[in-house]
Amino acid sequence: MSAIAQTQRRAGAFLNVLQTNPTLGVYAVLVIMLVACALFVPGFASSDNLINILQRSVALSLVSFGQTFAVVGGSLDLSVGNAISAMAVMTSLVMAGRVEMMIPTVILVIAVGMFIGLLNGLIVTRLRVNPFIATLGMSLFIQGVLFSGFDNFAGSVPREFEFLGYSTVGPIPVGVIFMLLVALGAYFLLRHTRFGYHLYGTGGSAEVARLSGVRTGRVLIIAHVLTGLGAALTAIFIASRLRAGAPWVGQGFELESISAVVVGGAPLSGGRGGIWGTLAGVLILSILSNIFNILNVGAFAQDVLRGAILIAVVAFYTARIRR
Amino acid sequence: MRKFHIAAFFLFVALLLTAVVVAQEENPFLTMGDMERQLAQLEMEPVGPEGKPWEQMLEPIEMVDTSMYAKEAPWRVCFSNASVANSWRVVGNAVMQYEVTQHPEIGEFIVTDAQEKPEKQISDIEDLLTRNCDILIVSPATTEALTPAVEKAAATGIPVVVFDRGVNTTDYTTFIHPIGGFAFGAVGARWLAEELGGEGNVLALRVLPGVDVLETRWQAAKSIFDEYPGINVVGMEFNESDPAKAKAIVLDYLERFEINGIWTDFGGVSAAAAEAFVDFGVDVPPITGEDFNGWLKAWQANGYKSISPTYPTFQWRTAIIAAVRILKGEEVPKEWVLPQPVITAENLDQYARPDLPDGHFAMCGCNEIEGFLEELWGS
Amino acid sequence: MESTFSTTQTPIGQRLRRLLSKVPVILIVLLVVLILIALVAPTFYRPVALLNFLKRAAPIIVVAIGQMYVMLSGEFDLSVGSLITVCAAVAANVINNNPDNLALAFVWVFGIAIVVGLINGLIVTRLNVPSFVTTLGMLLVLQGAISIYTRGAPQGGITDNFRVFGRGNIEGTEIPYAFVIMLLVIAIGVYLMHFTTFGRRVYAVGGNPVAARLSGVNVGRIKTTAFVLSAVLAAVGAVLIAGFSGVSSLSVGQGYEFQSISAIVLGGVALGGGRGNIAGAVMGALTLQAMFSLLNFLGFPLPIRLSVQGLIIIGAVAIAARRGRT
Repeated sequence: MSAIAQTQRRAGAFLNVLQTNPTLGVYAVLVIMLVACALFVPGFASSDNLINILQRSVALSLVSFGQTFAVVGGSLDLSVGNAISAMAVMTSLVMAGRVEMMIPTVILVIAVGMFIGLLNGLIVTRLRVNPFIATLGMSLFIQGVLFSGFDNFAGSVPREFEFLGYSTVGPIPVGVIFMLLVALGAYFLLRHTRFGYHLYGTGGSAEVARLSGVRTGRVLIIAHVLTGLGAALTAIFIASRLRAGAPWVGQGFELESISAVVVGGAPLSGGRGGIWGTLAGVLILSILSNIFNILNVGAFAQDVLRGAILIAVVAFYTARIRR
Repeated sequence: MRKFHIAAFFLFVALLLTAVVVAQEENPFLTMGDMERQLAQLEMEPVGPEGKPWEQMLEPIEMVDTSMYAKEAPWRVCFSNASVANSWRVVGNAVMQYEVTQHPEIGEFIVTDAQEKPEKQISDIEDLLTRNCDILIVSPATTEALTPAVEKAAATGIPVVVFDRGVNTTDYTTFIHPIGGFAFGAVGARWLAEELGGEGNVLALRVLPGVDVLETRWQAAKSIFDEYPGINVVGMEFNESDPAKAKAIVLDYLERFEINGIWTDFGGVSAAAAEAFVDFGVDVPPITGEDFNGWLKAWQANGYKSISPTYPTFQWRTAIIAAVRILKGEEVPKEWVLPQPVITAENLDQYARPDLPDGHFAMCGCNEIEGFLEELWGS
Repeated sequence: MESTFSTTQTPIGQRLRRLLSKVPVILIVLLVVLILIALVAPTFYRPVALLNFLKRAAPIIVVAIGQMYVMLSGEFDLSVGSLITVCAAVAANVINNNPDNLALAFVWVFGIAIVVGLINGLIVTRLNVPSFVTTLGMLLVLQGAISIYTRGAPQGGITDNFRVFGRGNIEGTEIPYAFVIMLLVIAIGVYLMHFTTFGRRVYAVGGNPVAARLSGVNVGRIKTTAFVLSAVLAAVGAVLIAGFSGVSSLSVGQGYEFQSISAIVLGGVALGGGRGNIAGAVMGALTLQAMFSLLNFLGFPLPIRLSVQGLIIIGAVAIAARRGRT
């Protein structure tokens, strides 16, 4: 009897640790998933398949890293989907198949992404519009401009530009290396700079942060600029994968990136979460897509499972052990 | 800071205006050559077995030798689907599954679903390429975006069948599609203009801007209407394939104009458009439709004046038939153009099915299959 | 419980003043839009045309009022759009072209709505899952489930005695049933929100959940009730929408989640809860609908309408925020 109680207490303590450190919790989910899939899903554990999972994660992870900054700051960005579409179109339109335009275009697109983020940040902080509305409005605005300008795939990227989406270094795709480098950079910004420190403070409690001398408005604006940057990187990567941008290629990234961040253990109320959690969140979503493919799960059932798993994973983080 | 706000605002407006100016430029979809070719194909006699349009072809100019792909059965056939997000794709997917059961040589049929996301579909194809497929079938989520993925698949040495929307490469083994959007749009527009005697106000109802397969339908219709000086296109409105929006739009127009005819690029809103006239208390004018069963039912029950061009779902069957031929080493056309039958008042009774749901598409090549429709719709 | 609660309750005079200080922004926008419509399309103001306009605005107003309860209590409901689709498709399936099944259909539609609302509420309050995630997950689950259930397209069909609510007029008059239903929902909404303990508690919970809990309010129950209300009103919306145009696809409810939230925010509800009122929500929804009509009368293409809608939402909220500060 007491042995059972003790095991229960131990299990409870283990769960408690997982829940007080969300990133650990996320990785626990990820590891359990990997082990279960390796055991029960035929062909899952092959190196080709694992590399595909990583490759599949690149586009979503870049924008999700950006989204992480907004969410940690207690904000969010619903405009990234349409912004990605717009910037993907811009990438292929400006490059127009010319090799010499590759670098200028990348710089331009990154600048545009950061500018959109800057506008979002200004609207949220200076005009005091709730981020949900500010970025929803921005999203509609961008979509309107985009659809009045473009009907279809516009322009194209030169073959050389496809190295980002398709080349490999040894067995590892360039895109995956790029993803990890961006993750490292984002991690450094978030955890080892004054800005990152202030961002956590702002998201945790803007009032306290302001009282202790943090310029919360500026911090939040920078966070939104970085979210825009993440969207720009995804747009560039997608343009490389698709060889051209079209006005609808980014649709769905807004809710998916927020899902990834949340599955990665960051509460939408801000102040917590991190890049490695988000990366794990993206990987969890990619593994789901991958095993749905392997197991031939019907498209309608996939929706049901995705929804239920999303809720279940977050419920796992938030559940409190009853004593 | 205030100055900055103002500057940002003006920059925004400038961006908006630029976009609008760009929008006025030449539309890339309308190349008269394509349109004339499609209109000519409408008149052509197809090659192939009578009564089985999904096995027929128009102008099979270039045949591809596939003897190098011949393989011993059982085969593993892989299919990267764009989505089953609407009932056109649901019906197509079902007839495709049926066709698979007709070929015992197909040992395994693996399907992935990209939920209309081109980027996901590329990853799906990469997944499939690790699974030793004997042939890959692709229904692209959007024209052209799948080009690199199809090239990559072809480079691994397996045959690739593309259908519905196209890709911007010829690395595929065969590309299957019905005649096309120009023909679809032109059939309805020509009929409507003639029905009105070349005189009257026409309202065009479209789904969305910027969708390639729908854009061609409108381009063709517009150029036909332009031929009739008496036809006045009073409006072109988008309904996002929502019947409620379509009905509201028509009611708004009836407040302001006398509408003598409706042209649609999607038959799913035709019935709602007709109802707007009924609710407004005027006679229902000629309305173009599609093989969408909801419209065929309304058309039949109320005796409306209509014509319904089709973009047949039977092409999903053809994809499997082509795959089987290729794996047997039989030749297939490089571009397999399928006929695009038209539903008129004369043959309406053959296609309208009051016992089936609105979302069914009649031109599925499945009406004669024993038990198929009951199985599909559970009726 | 009553007495402990009164600390968070504002006196009627102050509440009225607050009401007045909030309403104008959206009222001005609405009036401007209505005046512009009068200039562009005077026929809009014929009584019949006006009633028809209100008939079309009815679903979004009804759905927005439900969403309003959820948002006042500090949460979101992103699942209303797919719930509308589910209710419409289930109604078509249950009625199956037989007018006698009307009552049964209503039982099913409202039964499902209540269950969905309860599940949303319980997950949010018991499992502490943020409503954004809960209702996003619910959106996916409902969308997938209805597709599996109907095999990808709505089955059966609704009959005229069901459609009359969204499509018909009261016998012998030009007054649409939808308009009457909308008025009823508004009346009940106003009563619940401004004249009952429940309404005051919704404000309290959204305004300051900790204080509300300390003063003895069962926060979980209030929020769950709000989710159920939102789901039930989404079902009413589904009846109106399905009646207006028939049920022919599984996308009938698409977009209602963001539209209803936009309408409410336009009407001056603070996200995060605690501030706003029904009049604002109704005007917000009317403004959105009137704006669509205006841009339509002006002959603006769809993309420009999206952009203008985006700018107006941001602008209205920005102005409201500015006023709130001074």
